[in-house]
Amino acid sequence: MTDLPSKAPARKLGLVIDLDTCVGCHACAVNCKEWNSGGFAAPLTDTDPYGAEPDGVWFNRVHSFEADTHGKGRTVHFPRSCLHCDNALCVTVCPTGASYKREEDGIVLVDEDKCIGCKLCSWACPYGAREYDANEGVMKKCTLCIDRIYNQNLEEAQRVPACVSTCPVSARHFGDLADPESDVSRLVADRGGRPLMPELDYAPVNRYLPPRTYRSQQSPLNATADSVEGKFLQWVDRLLS
Amino acid sequence: MRPTPIDTSPPVSDEVKETTCYMCACRCGIRVHLRDGALRYIEGNPKHPVNRGVLCAKGAAGIMKQHSPAKLRKPLKRVGERGRGAFVEIEWDEALEIATEWLGKIRETDPKKLAFFTGRDQSQALTGWWATQFGTPNYAAHGGFCSVNMAAAGLYTMGGSFWEFGEPDWDRTRYFMMFGVAEDHASNPIKIGLGKVKANGAKCVSVNPVRTGYSAIADEWVGIRPGTDGLLVFSLIRELLLADQVDFGYLARYTNAGWLVIQDDGAADHGLFVRDEAGNPQCWDKALDGLGPALDKNANPALIGARTLADGRRAVPAFELLARRFLDPAYAPEAVAERTGLAADTIRRLAAELAHAAFQEEIKLDLPWTDFAGRHHDHMIGRPVSFHAMRGISAHSNGFHTCRALHVLQALLGSIDCPGGWRYRPPYPKAAPPAVLPTGPVSAPGDPLAGPPLGFPRGPEDLLVDEVGAAQRIDKAFSWEAPLAAHGMMHMVIRNAWAGDPYPIDTLFMFMANMSWNSSMNTTETMQMLTDKDPSTGEYKIPHIIYSDAFDSEMVAYADLVLPDTTYLERWDCISLLDRPISEIGGPADSIRQPVLTPDRDVRPFQDVLLDLGARLGLPGMVDDRGDALYPGGLPDYMLRHERKPGVGMLAGWRGAEGTSKGIGAPNPDQIDRYIANGCFWTDAIPEDAVYFRNVNQAYRTYGEAMGFLDTPDPVIVQLYSEVLQKFRLAAQGHGAVQPPASERDRVAAYFDPLPMWYMPFEESVIDRDAFPLHALTQRPMVMYHSWDSQNAWQRQILGSNRLYMARSLAARQDIGDDDWVWVYSHQGRIRGQVRLMDGVNPDTVWTWNAIGKRRGAWGLDTDVHEATQGFLLNHLIGDTLPNDAHSNADPVTGQAAWYDLRVRIEKASPGDAAESWPQFDPLPTNTLHGGAPAVLRYGADFRGDS
Repeated sequence: MTDLPSKAPARKLGLVIDLDTCVGCHACAVNCKEWNSGGFAAPLTDTDPYGAEPDGVWFNRVHSFEADTHGKGRTVHFPRSCLHCDNALCVTVCPTGASYKREEDGIVLVDEDKCIGCKLCSWACPYGAREYDANEGVMKKCTLCIDRIYNQNLEEAQRVPACVSTCPVSARHFGDLADPESDVSRLVADRGGRPLMPELDYAPVNRYLPPRTYRSQQSPLNATADSVEGKFLQWVDRLLS
Repeated sequence: MRPTPIDTSPPVSDEVKETTCYMCACRCGIRVHLRDGALRYIEGNPKHPVNRGVLCAKGAAGIMKQHSPAKLRKPLKRVGERGRGAFVEIEWDEALEIATEWLGKIRETDPKKLAFFTGRDQSQALTGWWATQFGTPNYAAHGGFCSVNMAAAGLYTMGGSFWEFGEPDWDRTRYFMMFGVAEDHASNPIKIGLGKVKANGAKCVSVNPVRTGYSAIADEWVGIRPGTDGLLVFSLIRELLLADQVDFGYLARYTNAGWLVIQDDGAADHGLFVRDEAGNPQCWDKALDGLGPALDKNANPALIGARTLADGRRAVPAFELLARRFLDPAYAPEAVAERTGLAADTIRRLAAELAHAAFQEEIKLDLPWTDFAGRHHDHMIGRPVSFHAMRGISAHSNGFHTCRALHVLQALLGSIDCPGGWRYRPPYPKAAPPAVLPTGPVSAPGDPLAGPPLGFPRGPEDLLVDEVGAAQRIDKAFSWEAPLAAHGMMHMVIRNAWAGDPYPIDTLFMFMANMSWNSSMNTTETMQMLTDKDPSTGEYKIPHIIYSDAFDSEMVAYADLVLPDTTYLERWDCISLLDRPISEIGGPADSIRQPVLTPDRDVRPFQDVLLDLGARLGLPGMVDDRGDALYPGGLPDYMLRHERKPGVGMLAGWRGAEGTSKGIGAPNPDQIDRYIANGCFWTDAIPEDAVYFRNVNQAYRTYGEAMGFLDTPDPVIVQLYSEVLQKFRLAAQGHGAVQPPASERDRVAAYFDPLPMWYMPFEESVIDRDAFPLHALTQRPMVMYHSWDSQNAWQRQILGSNRLYMARSLAARQDIGDDDWVWVYSHQGRIRGQVRLMDGVNPDTVWTWNAIGKRRGAWGLDTDVHEATQGFLLNHLIGDTLPNDAHSNADPVTGQAAWYDLRVRIEKASPGDAAESWPQFDPLPTNTLHGGAPAVLRYGADFRGDS
């Protein structure tokens, strides 16, 4: 089995995802697919791509479902990817050391050279974040764009995960959740960001921001006349004529 | 055990080319990363005004579009019967010779026998001009079934509209209300804007029968019954008027509220404005206590009160007529509650919230400005209420008037092009309506049209009808059936050409228009019309069909000659201010595409082919005096050198010999290079004092004139009361030289109301509502909206089959459960599909995702894919004509296809019915026309650093 880092990573890089603004457009999912198709874990194989049962490796998937909000059926768009847990059982169950959590930033990665495709990690992950590439015979997963976020060949503004860079509604945020002063930590504090299924004790790093409640701002309208003719007479008096 | 060291800084690409996306109509700037000449990664261009670095799912899936196995490879000539999909590949020379022969004969004899319609076209500045030079009035793009109600209502009311004509002031708005918006042409700008609205704590309200997409994140979802949005708007206006929550000062200065309207029922000028001898509209000026020019600097118009004119006749201010219309108790919240499906209290509260945002959250900018009349204002006052509306109100037969009502609401709140309100995108505002008239057939074959095919009639004399009132265009646009059909009526072309009504044509020439599938109403019959023969001659009723597409769409099989186009990454394009602008509210913008890849097939860009055909045909403007091609370099050559009028070309940036002019200037040989160096786009910032109230702002009028944007020097006064509509009504009542035939009189008189009106959508009003008790809608998902070849390897994994969505409450009444198969019946026919239950849908409405259903064999897909076996189209249920007469199933004012009027009933399929969608059609064999599809796609494996 594989050990987690002996001490907590100094930095906990992760995502903060705003469920109040996610419109379910799949921009993040496809941009992730596109970047990673040529990146660290390439290829993200697609099988039967033009046939009856197309399937493929996606590090980021958006699930849309209805949550009952007083019978009005709010559709929630829920993007799901690796949460880079502090207590990542997908790592500790790995028999070969292929799955590991980086000491320097907490990112959970798969070393494909060591992966034997046994899928124990995907059984251990309660979030369904592991993606088995049957064609390649190895497990793959979100790398938090490890080949972007430190990449000196990219402009500094681009050194964020592809899903964050492309999100049109700015629903995705990237940063160090170990630093209470970071933008993402402040966002979590301000908006009541939540970990996903904390009761399972995987200690996920990523946070989700819940939908906001909007309070109506208005003063009731006072109809100033009780008939159409009354209204016209009033307007005549009030210099509209 | 230490992990294998990883390279966190690998090279991304060896070349980055900037161009413009075309996965939909949004036209974002993209940066295309290439490795060894192959596509590595497409990302949004951070500097681009449209998308500012973001990119949607479609844009990112561009890689798979480029690698689609459905790409056509070579020109094709039909062999065997039309519609079977049997072709032989031919050389381009032969293909162009065939087309030249067919089109040459038409031009020599009767040019209108060419019907040239472009579907998902973004080059109408070129294609419309080409039709003009050919001499056929039978040209349009797909706007007639898209959103012409929206465009026409806005352009006739305030010289702009939602959509590409304007957008909310996202940064400042406090209250954003959208009507019938699922996705939009402005895909990323709306998403960016919604993010801002939310971040700023402003309220977002969605009026929509279905709570998906943008509606899902709205702070309030108003699940209205389809076709009743107008009633809601009427009721909101009534509440605001009754409570005096209206900007009377704005109305008096910048709308025609104070213009006097002649009240002399039966007279030829009844309902027209009182004008002086020079034609200036008159008001009752309170300071003068008499008639005065309404647009004068010192005008002080009365908004209420009948007056007696010098000739003894009565006249009233337009506002009084408008107020009487909207104050009618028929529009009280309680009176409309049942029909809209909304609680009266909800309507009252929404009105109160609008008033609160507009007047209690007023914005005051320290920006002085001067209006057209010379009135100086120390501040710019913002009423931060903004609206956006789309097909949900547009694709109904009452859509034009509903859109008009929405613009009246904006004007009553004083929230047009103000801080925090809805804002124009230059070159809009144009005159209301724009000063361009449609042009009819030529008098002598060989001549070009005297003007553009499409335009904006200002009265009956501008219609394209003959002496007896019959249509002159094949689609009957600008006839008495659809007088203000500003975008043409592509949805009627095939039926009319098949029927020879108003006349037979020779050749149907189409580009990117899937008319034999998801782009037609009444698809089954449309397919039959395309293949129907005249029994007496054995010839096809539509003799020739030429079709251009990059992909093997369902339409390819119905062509006699196929001209294969390139992908958007393989060609030049021009997104011109003369066409559908990409401008932002802060200033004009245009852009180009440059080829970033070289085609690996024998295909040519459609626009190059069009210019080549034009030269072969010797069309004016496309050949010189000796008959040689004027633009042998194709589209880039045309972009650079063509001038529409002196100094005005396809591109507005870097004009003049030195590249220092903008808007107007001589052609610049380096212009395209300048665009490429700037990321393939150009923008200009409007001066600060000209940036708001542009329809009436003198500084903007000066700027717009210098840029060549203004079609008239006059201010654009908001036309609450439409004199243009009244002129048509007068004609229907027997006045004037051009009058409708008897068969159309009642219809024109009824629907050309100078004030907004609401009426029940046509289909609903004539069918048996008990037999068809439900509304049925279809919408495109965000991941595919406006995306040609959307069933590519990645997009189809996200959405590969569609369901019929219905409310749990409705399903329970019919004992229908999730995954059940049902028959859906309309007056037109029936289809079979599979159900998915939900809560977030109006309980009288069912809906599905459009165009997921594909015909077997099309689009490079296997014949057993879910798109074909489970996917279905509602189109088969939607009539192209009305159930009770031969009129188009369309808005009576604009001819907008009314595909959201559909009424249906649902019946559970019987156990013996196959678990498969219905109808099914013979598989198309055309997948022999393109490359084979791989069983496993390992795209990107070669890019991996260690491979």
